[in-house]
Amino acid sequence: MITLGFVYVLAGLTFALFAVLGAMDRSNPKRFGNAAFWGLLALSMLGGDTLGDFGNGLLVLALVAIAGTGQIGRAPSGDVPADVQAERAAKHGPFLLLVALIIPAAALAGTFLFKWLPGLADPKQATLISLAIGVLIALAVGMARLKPPLLLPAQQGRRLLDAVGWAAILPQMLASLGAVFALAGVGEIVGQLIGTAIPQGSLFGAVLAFGLGMALFTMVMGNAFAAFPVMLAAVGMPLLIKQYGGDPAVVAAIGMLAGFCGTLMTPMAANFNLVPAALLELKNPYGVIKAQIGTALPLLAVNIVFIWLFAF
Amino acid sequence: MLVLIGILIIIAGFVLRFNPLLVIMASALPTGLAAGLDVAAIIAAFGKAFNDTRYVSIIWIVLPVIGLLEAYGLQQHARTLIGRMKGATLGRLLTGYLLLRQSMAAVGLTSVAGHAQTVRPLVAPMAEAAAEAANPALTDEQREEIKAQSAATDNIGLFFGEDIFLAIGSILLMKGVLEGYGYQIEPLHFSLWAIPTAIAAFLIHGFRLRRLDRRMAAKTEAAA
Repeated sequence: MITLGFVYVLAGLTFALFAVLGAMDRSNPKRFGNAAFWGLLALSMLGGDTLGDFGNGLLVLALVAIAGTGQIGRAPSGDVPADVQAERAAKHGPFLLLVALIIPAAALAGTFLFKWLPGLADPKQATLISLAIGVLIALAVGMARLKPPLLLPAQQGRRLLDAVGWAAILPQMLASLGAVFALAGVGEIVGQLIGTAIPQGSLFGAVLAFGLGMALFTMVMGNAFAAFPVMLAAVGMPLLIKQYGGDPAVVAAIGMLAGFCGTLMTPMAANFNLVPAALLELKNPYGVIKAQIGTALPLLAVNIVFIWLFAF
Repeated sequence: MLVLIGILIIIAGFVLRFNPLLVIMASALPTGLAAGLDVAAIIAAFGKAFNDTRYVSIIWIVLPVIGLLEAYGLQQHARTLIGRMKGATLGRLLTGYLLLRQSMAAVGLTSVAGHAQTVRPLVAPMAEAAAEAANPALTDEQREEIKAQSAATDNIGLFFGEDIFLAIGSILLMKGVLEGYGYQIEPLHFSLWAIPTAIAAFLIHGFRLRRLDRRMAAKTEAAA
């Protein structure tokens, strides 16, 4: 039976390959920092379960030390020239789009297939396993037709990951911070603070507090990922799901989207809100946020109403 | 109340533009200490959480495929597809991009478009050109608003499309967190419940884009 372990091995080998190729890239002055960073991530994927909790903690500290002291960077260039890309696009365009669609199609198909044919793959992880299989199929199909140099996909993938840089593990780091917050009882205290603002016994009041809390806490943290575990522990789980019997899938999914409305309104989400303003050479660095508020606020109200309508 | 110090550190760290990874560790340590944990216990707790949430980072295994396709011109092809849309006004162009961005994100193609790849080289100039066709005397303020709205449209299309895709990080996070409370929920359920909001986002932002279009047209008439 295929388990999530298979996907971790695949990811580990991918990161390990990125690390080796990174170390060999002489055009990048920070190549050893990059190699160490992706190498440690490969170790986490391949051997995380045998390192122990403290060992994994040290691994995280090493990742943070490498990124925090500016030891990772990207090679100046290496892009395929635009005219070559355009020439290839004219030749392969529709095929490229087709291959790109294999991955989501495989993830969707496998999710159902592994349900109908139990025993092939861990049904709880069917989507992730299918996604990984989709990647392998897409790679095989693309390689067979395009016949690129053997290492081209790995080299280009590495360059894309180098461009993302340390931000690649930011979601996982914020999820982990959420776990430490949960251990320290931050959620309960924020929950108590918000709880004093919730009218007793009012279902809509609780939904309102959850939706607004998700948006506000996301604005503070700059990321709905960090707000989600805290607001779920504070309001979503004890009140909406446990006390009022709300559907956890609805509370979580639409609650997260209420948080995304907050992401549209905060400078903390720099990569979405401040970077494009600089990129487009706007005079007002908050011009993009200003343009987004008119959509974010009504959409937040809609999300709150949706949770109230659909979860109960 | 002392454990809330971690939240203050996060805010201060981001405002002062420190590396977010450093800020996260600087927030985790005092939070844990304030809760009575010792340093080793905090490191272990963070390490355990990091190991348990590895599935959040496995999405990067798609990069070699994307890298291969981009080297062979996937982005150019996407641009050609957008460029084929004829008779586009400012409002129609951005609404079309919103729909395209939402649809692409909904099938997991989040990095086919973006601020660097499509907004700056393509969407913003096209939007400006479409507005210019209706109003040759655009003010600098109007140009700035059109560019900002192009970037905003990209963000809104991405945010309210991506959660429909089964294996995006936020869905995996929701799955993981709810599992911690003993609820086993398949990613498909989260995906389906992202659809009503995706439709609402399209309607609200599409309505605003139409008003932007009319506002520019009204100013054209006033100028003429």
